[in-house]
Amino acid sequence: MSLSRKKLPVGQRMISLLTQHLRQLLASLGELWRTPMTSLMTLLVLGFSLSLPALLLVLANNAEKVEAQWQSAAEISLFLDLDIAPVRQETLLTRLRGMPEVIAVTFQSSEQALAEFRQHAQFGDALAYLDDNPLPGLIRVQPSARHAGVDAARSLRDRLAQEPGIALARLDLDWLQRLEALSATGRQAGIALGVLLLLAVVLITANTIRLSIMQRFDEIKVMKLVGATEAFIRRPFLYGGLWLGLLSALLALVLVNVMLVWLDGSMAQLLSLYRSQFRLDGLSVQQGSVLILASCSLGWLGAWLSVRRHLRAIEPQ
Amino acid sequence: MIQFEQVSKVYSGGRSALDNVNFHLKRGEMAFLTGHSGAGKSTLLKLITAIERPTLGTVTINGADVGQLKRHQVPFLRRNIGIIFQDHNLLMDRSVYDNVALPLLIEGFAEREIEKRVEAALDMVGLGDKLGYAPMHLSGGEQQRVGIARAVVARPPLLLADEPTGNLDPKLSMEILRLFEAFNRAGTTVLIATHDLGLIARMRYRTLTLKQGRMICADEVAA
Repeated sequence: MSLSRKKLPVGQRMISLLTQHLRQLLASLGELWRTPMTSLMTLLVLGFSLSLPALLLVLANNAEKVEAQWQSAAEISLFLDLDIAPVRQETLLTRLRGMPEVIAVTFQSSEQALAEFRQHAQFGDALAYLDDNPLPGLIRVQPSARHAGVDAARSLRDRLAQEPGIALARLDLDWLQRLEALSATGRQAGIALGVLLLLAVVLITANTIRLSIMQRFDEIKVMKLVGATEAFIRRPFLYGGLWLGLLSALLALVLVNVMLVWLDGSMAQLLSLYRSQFRLDGLSVQQGSVLILASCSLGWLGAWLSVRRHLRAIEPQ
Repeated sequence: MIQFEQVSKVYSGGRSALDNVNFHLKRGEMAFLTGHSGAGKSTLLKLITAIERPTLGTVTINGADVGQLKRHQVPFLRRNIGIIFQDHNLLMDRSVYDNVALPLLIEGFAEREIEKRVEAALDMVGLGDKLGYAPMHLSGGEQQRVGIARAVVARPPLLLADEPTGNLDPKLSMEILRLFEAFNRAGTTVLIATHDLGLIARMRYRTLTLKQGRMICADEVAA
């Protein structure tokens, strides 16, 4: 039986396998370079497809950060009974200031409230017709960090509502919940969109590799005739997919960062109105690496799908 | 080296290409394969190179049963065979050097060894000075010789040629045949398919003749 693969000694075969891989890796990059315009177009399409999910990921991360920031700033408003005695009011304030769950207490008397109302509201004149002051005193309580979470703050509010002299305890959570629901929806839409776009990356790569297989139809035939193994013929195309994945991931990273810088500028303006020091976070090194790795795998997968389908069909006649 | 035992080949459309063919080409032999077009020459060559499998009978090449080969074994069979085509099947976008180096690259030879062997093979066919040329800029005869250099560069024990002189004038054809004789003297088994009877007549080699799929003459002695 002469069908042995062993024309060369083992050591040299190992070295030659390595050099073959390296040679084909570089050759497949050269192949991209040989048709610069086509490759550039493909890379742009792939880069756009990748940058959108990446950008959504970044925005979702930032939304999480915003939520965390505002969640801890939750504030409980305690409206006092209208007819509360000043002495009891003082004891209440002292008690609240002494509670370990509370870090800050501010008091606004009913007179102060009336004065503020007169200043800001347009009904200032109408107030003159009232005999009594209809506004209650208000105590603003800021819970400590441990009691600032949604559930903890809610239970603190319920306990404070039990205190004598308090008519109403309010924790403004509605907008927080709405923001949470909104960002959850956004995240889900982002995931769906991301999956579709990643699928698009696989299909685009598969199609690009299919075209390059078709272009090298004759070459593949000749290679099969002079004894090239399937693996040998397959390799340059798989490496081609890998390069597409890597280059488009790098392109996507650049795109995402440019967009973030641009967004950050306008966001800073918007957020300064809310006296927030919030700045957009970019992709972390870890997320960047995940993007590159994922993109390389997707490129490789696309190439593999294409190669599996089309390479076998090419046989010498 | 090549053994056909009661080989028949029927294509999927029902066309019978070979019918009960028997012959044995020994190691180190040189022979012609002839017959009209459609007589089954191409099919016979395809069976040797495992492009097609026999419908009946066994084809044994260098000890390997072609009909039983697994898909992944086929490349290793082909590495034992240098194939020369009528239309030489060169890669037009590669240099002469790269074309000839292809079989060695596939087998994983080291760069220095490849260089040495490619230069030797091209010297042998008289194209030692055309390494960097594109095949397009060579004449038909020169292109054919590049094809021959590629077929012999890995020193296969068996050389197959399918109408190697089909497009060449008699003088060039003779030159090519002298090359095959040289390889044969060096121990390579050579089988040349041709319908150029004049060429065969001038050389005293064994001739296998096919007619409508049957081997009508497989004498050990030349006609």
